[in-house]
Amino acid sequence: MSGLLENFWVLLALKVAIIAAVVPAVSLVFIFAELKISAHMQSRIGPYFAGGRWGWAQPLADGLKFIQKEDLVPDDADRPVFKFAPMVVLMSTLAVFVIVPFSPKLVVRDLDLGVFYALAAGSFGTIGVLMAGWSSANKYSLIGGLRAGAQLIAYELPLVLAVVGVVIQAGTMSFNGIVAAQAAPVFTIGEFAIHLPYLFQGQVIGFVIFIIAMLAELNRTPFDMPIAESELVMGYLTEYSGLRFTMFFLAEYAGMFSMSAIAATLFLGGWYLPGLSSGALEVLGPVILMAKVSLLVFVIIWFRWTFPRLREDQLQSIAWRWLIPLALLNIVGTAIAKVVL
Amino acid sequence: MMAPKIPGIGLAKGLWLTLKTLFQRPPTINYPREKETPVPRARGVIALDIEACTVCMLCARECPDWCIYIEGHKEMQPPSKPGGRPRSRATLDRFDIDYALCMYCGICVEVCPFDALFWSPEYEYSEGSISSMLHDKERLAEWLKTVPAPPALEAK
Repeated sequence: MSGLLENFWVLLALKVAIIAAVVPAVSLVFIFAELKISAHMQSRIGPYFAGGRWGWAQPLADGLKFIQKEDLVPDDADRPVFKFAPMVVLMSTLAVFVIVPFSPKLVVRDLDLGVFYALAAGSFGTIGVLMAGWSSANKYSLIGGLRAGAQLIAYELPLVLAVVGVVIQAGTMSFNGIVAAQAAPVFTIGEFAIHLPYLFQGQVIGFVIFIIAMLAELNRTPFDMPIAESELVMGYLTEYSGLRFTMFFLAEYAGMFSMSAIAATLFLGGWYLPGLSSGALEVLGPVILMAKVSLLVFVIIWFRWTFPRLREDQLQSIAWRWLIPLALLNIVGTAIAKVVL
Repeated sequence: MMAPKIPGIGLAKGLWLTLKTLFQRPPTINYPREKETPVPRARGVIALDIEACTVCMLCARECPDWCIYIEGHKEMQPPSKPGGRPRSRATLDRFDIDYALCMYCGICVEVCPFDALFWSPEYEYSEGSISSMLHDKERLAEWLKTVPAPPALEAK
């Protein structure tokens, strides 16, 4: 058995299978959470009957319904591009999970350039969105796709710059290295060592900028201009139906999962929780990470059902006039602190 | 002078409102499972007291929707004392209310000079076919059982 597991290809297939099973399953849970939380925030009950208690089977039923629907392609659409776009979007979010460490050992591949890889793979999804918008032969899709492209110009730079602060502080771009750096004691009072995640080690500005840019990257309210139901029907999703729509839908929630996992690892300490032995962390690591991810996902959902949508130019204005200068100041401050302290 | 505004306080207020609502019980009533209690004097359905009706047609004439159909005939009653004149009495043959047309204004109940029409709070009489919404006088008389007792008179 162990001999089989040491085979590179067997191990790779196993890892891919686990990611392909776990990520959609967790996404379904987040979809259900969104249905319920949004309902109760609006004084409604939400799904109630599907599956018996609390309507827990509602996302499953929705998924089954989507799969049964006809796979429509508009007459004037660019067929290969149209059919390929949802896969690009879904793959870009799944690819991020290669570097997310769920425990000291439970990571597909701990790349030295982990942070760089995560941001590169995550922003790749915008190409899929542009492809979908361009190939649909629909004005709403086109406007939605181009808005997503324009949005990329606004959020990508603050997103990268916000992470730089953490990278400077940790001195590494490997995700497990960053978690290990946060697990190291900041200072000790006698025997008692104080462990703090980077959020409480002065990366507050970086964290806030990262969350704002993350919302823009995920096309979530208040930055959901590419979808904008009230003005663009469904944006770049307008012409999609059936399984391809499901892939986009799943990608949105898998994207929430992946970006929250990155944020939790960079700023909240990932799988590490002070006070637990390394043996316990091996087992409880995934639970701790998922708790932190769930917290961030709740915040994302909370924002969606509270804030109205911004205009495209307002996002550009916020990003270029506030987020980027603040992120640069944050880098300067972190670098000075790193050298002086 | 306006109080100084903290930047972003509006965002925080909004977040607080949604968070507060999240932990409140929604006012939803799951209708077929839980029943709503109608308010007092709710206008659910109109009940008819056949004995009190004199076929005066006031309700049918005042009805804005013309949803009340009344037919009647006169019957001769025996004289009240021997040697007297036989009396005529109006008898109700048909009294239908078409609830597919009724707009629940209550003018018929208001206008009835002999208190033959009453409001009942019952509301569960929806039908699969629009023609079944026509309630005849037997059905309207059935609703009389559901009419709540009138409120007590004010003490002098």
